[in-house]
Amino acid sequence: MASSPVDVCVVGAGPAGLTAAVAAATAGRTVALVDAGARPGGQFWRHSPAGIEADRALHHDFVKYRQLETGLARFVQTGQIRLLTRHQVWTIERGARFTVRALKAGEYERTVDAAALVLAPGAYDRQVPLPGWELPGVYTAGGAQALLKEHGVLVGARVLVAGTGPFLLSVAAGLAQRGARVVGVYEANTGLGWLHHRSLRAVVRNFGKLSEGIHYAGTFARHRVWYHPRSTIVAAHGDTEVRAATVARLTRHGAVVPGSERRIEVDAIAVGWGFTPQLELPVALGTRTEVDADGSEIVLVGDWQQSSTPGVFVAGEATGVGGAALARVEGEIAGYAAAWYVNVDHESASFHPRSRRAERRLSWLRKRRLTLRAFAAAMHRAHPVPPSWLDQLQPDTLVCRCEEVSVERLRTAADDLGVTDARLAKLLTRTGMGWCQGRVCGYATACLVARFAGTGYDPRGLTERPLAVPVPLGVLAHGAAPAVPADESWRGE
Amino acid sequence: MSTFWFDGHEVPFRPGATIGAALLASGIRSWRTTRGQGRPRGVFCGIGVCFDCLATVDGRPNQRACLTPARDGMDVRSQEGTGHGEFAG
Ligand SMILES: Cc1cc2nc3c(=O)[nH]c(=O)nc-3n(C[C@H](O)[C@H](O)[C@H](O)COP(=O)(O)OP(=O)(O)OC[C@H]3O[C@@H](n4cnc5c(N)ncnc54)[C@H](O)[C@@H]3O)c2cc1C
Ligand code: FES
Repeated sequence: MASSPVDVCVVGAGPAGLTAAVAAATAGRTVALVDAGARPGGQFWRHSPAGIEADRALHHDFVKYRQLETGLARFVQTGQIRLLTRHQVWTIERGARFTVRALKAGEYERTVDAAALVLAPGAYDRQVPLPGWELPGVYTAGGAQALLKEHGVLVGARVLVAGTGPFLLSVAAGLAQRGARVVGVYEANTGLGWLHHRSLRAVVRNFGKLSEGIHYAGTFARHRVWYHPRSTIVAAHGDTEVRAATVARLTRHGAVVPGSERRIEVDAIAVGWGFTPQLELPVALGTRTEVDADGSEIVLVGDWQQSSTPGVFVAGEATGVGGAALARVEGEIAGYAAAWYVNVDHESASFHPRSRRAERRLSWLRKRRLTLRAFAAAMHRAHPVPPSWLDQLQPDTLVCRCEEVSVERLRTAADDLGVTDARLAKLLTRTGMGWCQGRVCGYATACLVARFAGTGYDPRGLTERPLAVPVPLGVLAHGAAPAVPADESWRGE
Repeated sequence: MSTFWFDGHEVPFRPGATIGAALLASGIRSWRTTRGQGRPRGVFCGIGVCFDCLATVDGRPNQRACLTPARDGMDVRSQEGTGHGEFAG
């Protein structure tokens, strides 16, 4: 079902997209805000149907969300923003304008016609394989957090949290507050990495983050949660579900200290190694990408969050993982810029804020973006994935969970078949060919191929996916899915 | 409280719950076996990315339990192998 054209279509209603939509509407444009989730908020402000207040203790920057929600509700009421929740965008066509094609609840299709796009699809947890990681009871750190924030579900009674990055603190604190016994947070890097030379300036300027850290320290003390820097999980054990984990200390160079292994009984594990930006939509639109400090492929954007594809603005994690505060700043800039783009002669114009007020606001936002990016860079420097995971792999450890491709098969492909890049590995071993299309194993495959073949690390070649989401064959066959019931309203679904 | 059927057992759920969240809240952690090795799987990523949590819902195979909203009286079944290939992706 097609709907009346809008000026700006925003994909993703997390901190970046929500801010962008409200900014573009404030600048007078009509906006469609499309998100696959049941409610706006994205990962950061994920909440239950009872509303975000019900879980205030789990949320930071809660006041900001309320402000945005109020702004959104006002524009939804006037019809200036059309909010389409539970709509997953599977492809975007580009002509003189853009046609955004979304599946409602995986069943029928709705298209949005727009003059400009803001893409704010966010990220997902970065994972690396470890023996036993496919056992039920092992979750991504973000998954454990999402289950808690949206559904009040604790993933286990005795939970081990492992990986790297400040996000682990937030996950562990949430679990402990809700009554899980957190048997330890195993941070592969040293927590003090933050306080090195250049990073220090970024941290001090970003006082908000610092106070978040202090808050977690209090929670950990109250719930007697131990934080183990320079330690990691090396294996998960169990038969049909996870029963224990092996943890070990790491050297300064990220190798396991021999003899430091220890087995801990658990009934759940939450593990995360940072995040991988969700790039299918921008990449399919031809946007240029680069590899960020954390090894993730990201969309290259200019001063106004514009990508290399005219009319496509990108904000949030997709331009480099930097957290919710940066996502909001980028979203606001992208929202203003997209609003401006709609009304100019694209050949000659360069971006100029329309009023003194807008100019001041934008100049503040750009300064803030610089600070927060410096902070993100400091975070990436302090939290690399340590090389230990490569040494802990067993021949039968799964790399690709979907197609059940083991480390051994990948090694054989490199040795016998001369595989030298991730793309070839995919063709010859089916790694990354399954349901998730390499989203889960992409980073690890790129690392392993580089190691086995002795080539350079290159994460590209796995992000090019023809469809952003699986689409029922019926939709492809008929061009459009069954029509939406006629009386269904556009707004506030 | 509302309930749905999971392999013939009644599973209660809170308003707004997904099938995956409700199963986990009832202590059920896996509802699929893999095609190659027949290994159990359940929720892993929790946000629709990994496709580990597939289940057959009201006769439609390969639905992501972590995204699919639970509805009263729904018929949810565990799944072996691939279900069938209903998707093009
Ligand atoms: C599972 C998970 C949990 C997290 N929890 C936290 C947390 O508790 N605290 C924290 O500080 N950080 C958390 N993060 C980190 C998070 O990336 C940032 O905090 C922040 O949410 C990024 O904002 P964003 O707007 O860039 O993206 P997001 O908040 O991720 O928002 C992106 C939105 O785009 C939508 N979307 C993506 N693709 C499509 C599509 N094709 N069609 C329609 N909609 C689409 C998604 O549904 C999502 O709502 C989490 C990350 C993940 C992956
Ligand atoms: S748990 Fe990953 S898709 Fe459902």
